[in-house]
Amino acid sequence: MTTLLLFNIVNGLIIGAFYALMALGLSLILNLSGVINFAHGGFLAIGGYLAYTLIPYVGFWGALLISPFLVAFIGVAIERVLIRRLYGRDPLYSLLLTFGLAFMIEDGTRFIWGAQSLPYQIPGALAAPLSTSLFFLTGYRIFMMALVAAAVIGLFVILNRTRLGLRIRAGTFDLETVSVLGVNVRVLRNLNFGLGIYLAGLAGVLAAGMLGLQPTIGDSLIMPSFISIIVGGLGSLPGTLAGGLLIGAASGITTVFFPSASEAVIYVIMAAVLIVRPRGLLGEEGRF
Amino acid sequence: MPVIDKRVGNLLVWLALVTAPFWLVGIGGYVELGTRVLIYALAAMALNFLLGYTGVLSFGHAAYFGLGGYGTAMTIKYLYPSTPLAMLVGIVVGTVAAGLIGPLIVRLRGVYFAMVTIAFGQVFYFIAFKWSSVTGGDDGLSAWQRQPIDFGFASLDILGDNKALYYLVLAVFALCVGAMAFLLRSPFGRTLMAIRENERRARFLGIPVDRHIWMSWVISCFFVSVAGCLYALLSDFIDPRAIRWDQSGNFVIMAVLGGMRSFWGPLIGAAIFLVLQDYISSHTENWMSFVGLFFVLIVLFFPRGVLGLIKRRNGS
Repeated sequence: MTTLLLFNIVNGLIIGAFYALMALGLSLILNLSGVINFAHGGFLAIGGYLAYTLIPYVGFWGALLISPFLVAFIGVAIERVLIRRLYGRDPLYSLLLTFGLAFMIEDGTRFIWGAQSLPYQIPGALAAPLSTSLFFLTGYRIFMMALVAAAVIGLFVILNRTRLGLRIRAGTFDLETVSVLGVNVRVLRNLNFGLGIYLAGLAGVLAAGMLGLQPTIGDSLIMPSFISIIVGGLGSLPGTLAGGLLIGAASGITTVFFPSASEAVIYVIMAAVLIVRPRGLLGEEGRF
Repeated sequence: MPVIDKRVGNLLVWLALVTAPFWLVGIGGYVELGTRVLIYALAAMALNFLLGYTGVLSFGHAAYFGLGGYGTAMTIKYLYPSTPLAMLVGIVVGTVAAGLIGPLIVRLRGVYFAMVTIAFGQVFYFIAFKWSSVTGGDDGLSAWQRQPIDFGFASLDILGDNKALYYLVLAVFALCVGAMAFLLRSPFGRTLMAIRENERRARFLGIPVDRHIWMSWVISCFFVSVAGCLYALLSDFIDPRAIRWDQSGNFVIMAVLGGMRSFWGPLIGAAIFLVLQDYISSHTENWMSFVGLFFVLIVLFFPRGVLGLIKRRNGS
């Protein structure tokens, strides 16, 4: 029983880490640009598929390094051509646009790579379990956790220690003032979008090894990512991170006792948070 | 000065709808397509009650559409084979669910409202998807049929006669649309528009904004669940795709495409969307790309919608 519980908590935390990784990217874009990027799951899928294509040439480690950057580059290009035009307009329009993009990306990946789930090779060294008693702790899981943690730490270092991060944080509070102080807001939003998409791409490369690679891989992750943001509080990145881990762990624990309710519990948590604290766990008062 | 007088416009719309079964086939359509346009138009107009007239961005209306549909289908399949009873159950289920979720969301605004409505919408998708012993799961709920409606003195065979079904749907559509028009012209409707235009000012005038938004939300979801009932009856079938978030997106794009600030806009939007979808999906497998492209193009080049464009050209 303890092993089972432990297994499911660890499993839940791993899934939660994915939710958080995706939600952090969504949150970055939402905070600075007011855009809900519905196509985020699509970018995640592109990350996984690009890695799949790259692995024969550069190996897993090379793909892990290159693929997220390629995805971020695609994201930056899409922001420049399409999404930039919608800043300052009713959020309805950016939602619809990213909605359409999500359709196009899903269909596009299906067209290029096929609808079947593709075999995805992870290095043999990572696939083996570390010990017999804790059989579920395969190297890949530990590795994923470590990498997600590294990515999150990296993100917060960028935000707190670099000039770009300073500007992103300042822009989240008051973009107009940041603009008046001489920062090129167009470039700032562009880079910020790329950063968010990079995280989606990274999540894609990692998730493909665990969930299997198919065009709808992002679908099961996007809704929980939304809920991570809502639970954690809009406008707060640490909140988003906490929200993701919380709902991941909660759904893991629920799997032990009521397997069929493991999805539902996420929504129950959201409803509870909205009743008790509508701005979310770490959200600021009066922001939305 | 508008080119067409409002009353003449209304008359033209109703004339077109009443005669549709007779000319639809002539121009390459079919009666069922007309019925579907009416159903989606009702859903999109119901959404627009909230989106266009109250200014609240809901992306989760498919949930209440689907609840109406599942309520109808399950009543006929498991409880009692009566079309009116089934519709009543469907409408009650959809509206009550909306009424319960309402208090959780009415304090939220803008993007936040949109996100939370999407997320809550998915709850019902998961229930329909997972609870397969009752809902049929991914395969949907089939092996049931809409029943002829018995008026006592006459019976309407909506099962065999697709024109009869069209006119039943049209009658329900007319009732609902009439009710919405009435509500929008009432002081209540004007209050909603005041909230849309300037929420803070409305609040200072002493209008209980949150309560009005809750009422608008419930009314909107009521009409969308009516549409959901009709949708299930039309195909004698319902599956989780009717509840999914992409369906909510379809309703929104219909409203935007036709023109959010016009009463008949969503009807025009629904007609264009469904005819295009019908045409494209019969010609290519990659219809999803086209739908997506369609979304992008509308947002970039057509944000005011068809009727919005006409209105602006007429300078009114």
